Amino acid sequence: MKRMGYVLWLLIVLLFLYMPILMLSVYSFTDSESMGIISGFSLDNYRTLFTSPELRDMIIGTFALAIVSAVISVILGTSGAIGAFYSKSGTKMFADSANQIPVVNADVVTGFSICIFLIVVLNMKKETFIPLIIGHTVLSVPFVYLSVMPKLKQMDESLYEAALDMGAKPHAALMKVIIPQIAPGILSGFVMAITLSLDDYFITTYTKPATFDTISTYVVNATKGAQTEIKTALWALSTVIFVIITIAVFFMNVGAGKEKKNV
Amino acid sequence: MKKHFSRRYLGIPYMIFLIFFVIAPVLVILYYALTNGKGQFTLSNLFGFFSSGYAIGTLVYSIFIAFIVTLVCLILAYPAAYILAKEKVRKSSVLIILFITPMWINFTLRITALKEVLTALEGNISYYPFLNTVIGMTYDFLPFMILPLYTTISKLDDTLSEAAEDLGAGSAKVFLKVTLPLSVPGIISGIMMVFLPAMTNYVILDMLYNSTFIMGSLIGSYFAAYDWHSGSMISIILLVIIFAVNIITDRFADDDAKGRRAVL
Repeated sequence: MKRMGYVLWLLIVLLFLYMPILMLSVYSFTDSESMGIISGFSLDNYRTLFTSPELRDMIIGTFALAIVSAVISVILGTSGAIGAFYSKSGTKMFADSANQIPVVNADVVTGFSICIFLIVVLNMKKETFIPLIIGHTVLSVPFVYLSVMPKLKQMDESLYEAALDMGAKPHAALMKVIIPQIAPGILSGFVMAITLSLDDYFITTYTKPATFDTISTYVVNATKGAQTEIKTALWALSTVIFVIITIAVFFMNVGAGKEKKNV
Repeated sequence: MKKHFSRRYLGIPYMIFLIFFVIAPVLVILYYALTNGKGQFTLSNLFGFFSSGYAIGTLVYSIFIAFIVTLVCLILAYPAAYILAKEKVRKSSVLIILFITPMWINFTLRITALKEVLTALEGNISYYPFLNTVIGMTYDFLPFMILPLYTTISKLDDTLSEAAEDLGAGSAKVFLKVTLPLSVPGIISGIMMVFLPAMTNYVILDMLYNSTFIMGSLIGSYFAAYDWHSGSMISIILLVIIFAVNIITDRFADDDAKGRRAVL
């Protein structure tokens, strides 16, 4: 009886977490305009999703922004972590603390403060995309720093020394000895940077050009608009994203499971 | 020492980045919060906040909502995390992934889905604003509560609860006197991950029924009115609350389960 209760509780929580998104997926394959109205099977939503230039540009823009800001974050965060790791304790303290500000701060406040500084004080134009890219980098780079730092601590320092003793130039030793050892941290930082950027609404809304939308800002506007064709096409989008995430999470964890076994 | 020179300098670009885009913006909003339109020092923005019934009401309501949402998340998540971690459920390491996967799906799309379901169930969702706010935020933040709880509970030493049982404690007493106190660090981490976002995430309310009665959107409304001084003051107030909560809870939180989004 007790076990039944356990299973039931887990099922209730899972149902709560998945029911809306699964229901939406089912309805995305129909021509109904709101849930609860039963109607026929249709692929119109998917057709709109993949053919509407507005939706296509928005999706491509979202991913381009995520990749650009993640690449900048990885370069800045990794070099920053290596630099801070070998700096005097005061400098490292400074970097650690400043790095923590965007992590604990509310995204609304981060977005607002960047907007005030870059656009109101420095008079930068939102249309240049620079505030947007800086904003997303501020959001992601601390997490790259935080995922690289523990790898640096675990690293075997003598390998770097050995490489230098054997005549390697410092930058060669850095690229061939240090970077490979901290690569798992860099990779997880990169993945995290991508997901943070894709999920962000608050920083985007304060720093984006008026004509540019990411998935988040687009969806929020669409829920208020009256365009049902766009609204239901977004159901198809959330189904596609749900499937991609599920597959990605599954493979990442199968991969991670194998890695652990090998160690 | 000469051979170490190149590595320390690698940090310089990031230090400059931190000074310019992390520290400077905070100093700028601090300056705006403490000055008026003519650039003179003033505390009127602060007094303005605390004398505006609407602003104070929003702050109180935000804290109240965040408190309820955190409590509901805890009530739903604790048993689930405990069952997964301790009750030898088959394949629990796979199941826990199922519980936290939703956090990787764009939250605006998930709220869209929830809104459709709630509309289908309730007819007009604006009839139940408080209930729907709690459901919406719980739906969004629940995975962030489950993960730290699971991390902490699965690390607990089973021999302690076994020892308590051997000494004659009933299972309820073992739970209350051993397991629950030891899982406090995970509970604190979970609370931090839910409470602060729940106070500021105005998009969920905005999407569900265009409500702006929450701290985050107050910043936005001043911003839209070009009142950067009041907006900055609210940001600073939020910042102070967030950092105070973090400093107080930091020492109790579980190191492994820390970091709002440090999940991967």
